[in-house]
Amino acid sequence: MTPETKHLEVTLQTQVESVNVAEEVCLRVAEAAGFGEDDCYRIGMSVREGVINAFHYGNQEKPDKKIYLAVHLTADKMIIHVLDEGKGFSLADVPDPLAEENLLSTSGRGIFLMRAFMDEFDVVTGQNGGAEIIMSKKLPGSSESNGQGGQDA
Amino acid sequence: MALHATPRDAGGVTVVDLSGRITLGEGSALLRKTIRALLEEERNLLLLSLGDVDYIDSSGIGELVSAYTAVKNRGGDMKLLNLTKKVRDLLQITKLFTVFEVFTDENEALRSFS
Repeated sequence: MTPETKHLEVTLQTQVESVNVAEEVCLRVAEAAGFGEDDCYRIGMSVREGVINAFHYGNQEKPDKKIYLAVHLTADKMIIHVLDEGKGFSLADVPDPLAEENLLSTSGRGIFLMRAFMDEFDVVTGQNGGAEIIMSKKLPGSSESNGQGGQDA
Repeated sequence: MALHATPRDAGGVTVVDLSGRITLGEGSALLRKTIRALLEEERNLLLLSLGDVDYIDSSGIGELVSAYTAVKNRGGDMKLLNLTKKVRDLLQITKLFTVFEVFTDENEALRSFS
């Protein structure tokens, strides 16, 4: 670990309250890192959606499974990992929630929101075979910060 | 902040004053329970007042869509009133602004049901 890099790892139970815990943890890190109110909202929402995804789709709400949250604060960005113990999935298989036929769907907007609110977003297969969401936001004032990524919400 | 839902009659329309967060868990569940109870009483012209709702996640969005569909299936209508900027922006990027009728004035919203 380089001196300018900070790491935080939390193991969460597969329960609804873990969504709030994860959001709260990441909001504190984001605020301490100097993100403004709008970016904190986007980061908090993205973490919520990542953990909801792990809770519901990945771990299928099974309480014996765990959700692993990791936050890395580098010199220029905040990187968040959310890993579940499910079977994994491919982004290519996720329906587009903006398609006319999906507008009235009652689910399936979480991935879209994370993509919209973060600068970088990807889903890979974790070491345990589950889905690992990796997303990042450039730190305010960082040399790589270009104001892109994230809608005006 | 937990969600609070308070229905009130306004002519033939039921206005539901909501405050707090509509998120996975209690918030979404309370919204679902409130809408179901109103529909069971055959109150199917609903105006959801969201001026004090400052946060909705994808679960809350799903619950709003579910409520809208349930009301429509009963031959009724459901509209939204007084969105905060965050909620308005969320409905815009998810294209749900093209689904929901949204008002900023309660009287105008109520008149639109007749």
